[in-house]
Amino acid sequence: MVKKVTEASQAVAEAVKLCRPKVIPVYPITPQTHIPERISDFVDNGEFDCEMIYVESEHSAISAAIGSSASGVRTYTATASQGLALMHEILHVVSGMRLPIVMNVANRALSAPINIWNDHQDSMNARDTSWIQLYVESAQEALDTTIMAFRIAEDHDVLLPVMVCLDGFTLSHVYEPVDVPEQKTVDKYLPKFKPAFSLDGKTSTMGPIGYPGDFMGFKKQQHEAMLASLDVIKKANAEFKKVFKRSYGDGLIEPYRLDDAEHVFVGAGTICGTARTVIDKLRNEGHKVGMLKLKAFRPFPEDAIVKACKAAKSIIVFDRSVSFGFKGPIFAEFESAFYEASQKPLLHSFIAGLGGYDVTLDHIEDAFRSAMTADKPISRWLYKE
Amino acid sequence: MVIKKIKKKIAGKKSRLSVGAVIQDPGNSVENKTGGWRALRPVWNKDKCTQCMLCWMYCPDGAIPQKNGKRLDFNYDYCKGCGICARECPFQAIEMKKEEK
Repeated sequence: MVKKVTEASQAVAEAVKLCRPKVIPVYPITPQTHIPERISDFVDNGEFDCEMIYVESEHSAISAAIGSSASGVRTYTATASQGLALMHEILHVVSGMRLPIVMNVANRALSAPINIWNDHQDSMNARDTSWIQLYVESAQEALDTTIMAFRIAEDHDVLLPVMVCLDGFTLSHVYEPVDVPEQKTVDKYLPKFKPAFSLDGKTSTMGPIGYPGDFMGFKKQQHEAMLASLDVIKKANAEFKKVFKRSYGDGLIEPYRLDDAEHVFVGAGTICGTARTVIDKLRNEGHKVGMLKLKAFRPFPEDAIVKACKAAKSIIVFDRSVSFGFKGPIFAEFESAFYEASQKPLLHSFIAGLGGYDVTLDHIEDAFRSAMTADKPISRWLYKE
Repeated sequence: MVIKKIKKKIAGKKSRLSVGAVIQDPGNSVENKTGGWRALRPVWNKDKCTQCMLCWMYCPDGAIPQKNGKRLDFNYDYCKGCGICARECPFQAIEMKKEEK
């Protein structure tokens, strides 16, 4: 194991190299570019035996990835923002064909107005594509989760694609100390790719028409596989801990000073790092505050969430995206999760950090202090003209 | 075999649907009969036919079976009634008739 100060994109590239995909069709887009650049360096200098396909668009990138994965080899790609939006129709095809492609998304706002900075609108927009979505907080977690993603996707109980989302710039371009594992350790954790079916060898047809009598059955299988992935993600996280001596909560959610917390912060991605600092400060003042970091957004671990927030009087959800005309997407899921729960904490919604708008320590501290005295739900946009 | 195992695992019971709708038995498209929505039916007049086989060549489906270089009667399981055969026949040996029940 080598500990070095590394950019998160470089850490992801190292993870990809260690997982040895055979084909990577990819198209560059800010802020994802450093990932394929670093991978290209590895391929170019002979460290990594992989076919990079430099396509003309993200639509082509994910389509080529389908061809590659269908032929029975481990396949990876990466994108962001408009690129993910351009992939959208094919995202459904990947999951419908049950191809275990892994993709990193360097989260960025969607146009218009054009904006290259971080929020979660791009991946939230892909919520119902039947891709597993995992969000990460640090460069180390980005590396580790990318390795886990291949194991989760390729598990024969799952066979669904996985999207590993890291915040654009606020993580993708940030340098942190990272343990880069050795090849033999990763090989121990991640077995060789065994496709469940393949175009190579036996004659078969993939992607045929699904008539009304059958279509719904295929969708139900997909839904059941998504639900089955809850356990597979937990297992992948637990096995990861055995081999690499580190893990992230139960793989679905990661608690921080949560056990007795009466006021719970909820977020996904780098925002959680900021929240940790605020929580430590408020704990020193004697306030019972904590965090539930949402790592898996799809599948949504509602049972684990309700169980983990057992002491919560209020839950403060920070969404870095919005479902226009309704609420923050994470917030809405929390409302749904607690509808049938026996405990009824007050749920507060904060829309924050759209298009790179700063989310500060003060924002989170203010949210906590407001929640401590609130007697009805708060709904606020953290933005000043 | 792998498919069957996964299918069972994922669906939790025996399912006739393969995972990801993958078809591993090639040549099964004949099981899907596509002639049901035909509005016009080609009718073959054996006496006028010279067995030139132009109709067989032009048929966009496989609705005209042949044996030893000679055509047989239409296979209505797959004929969609497009009428190309009737139009191309140099001897007016094929007539399009309204499909009636």
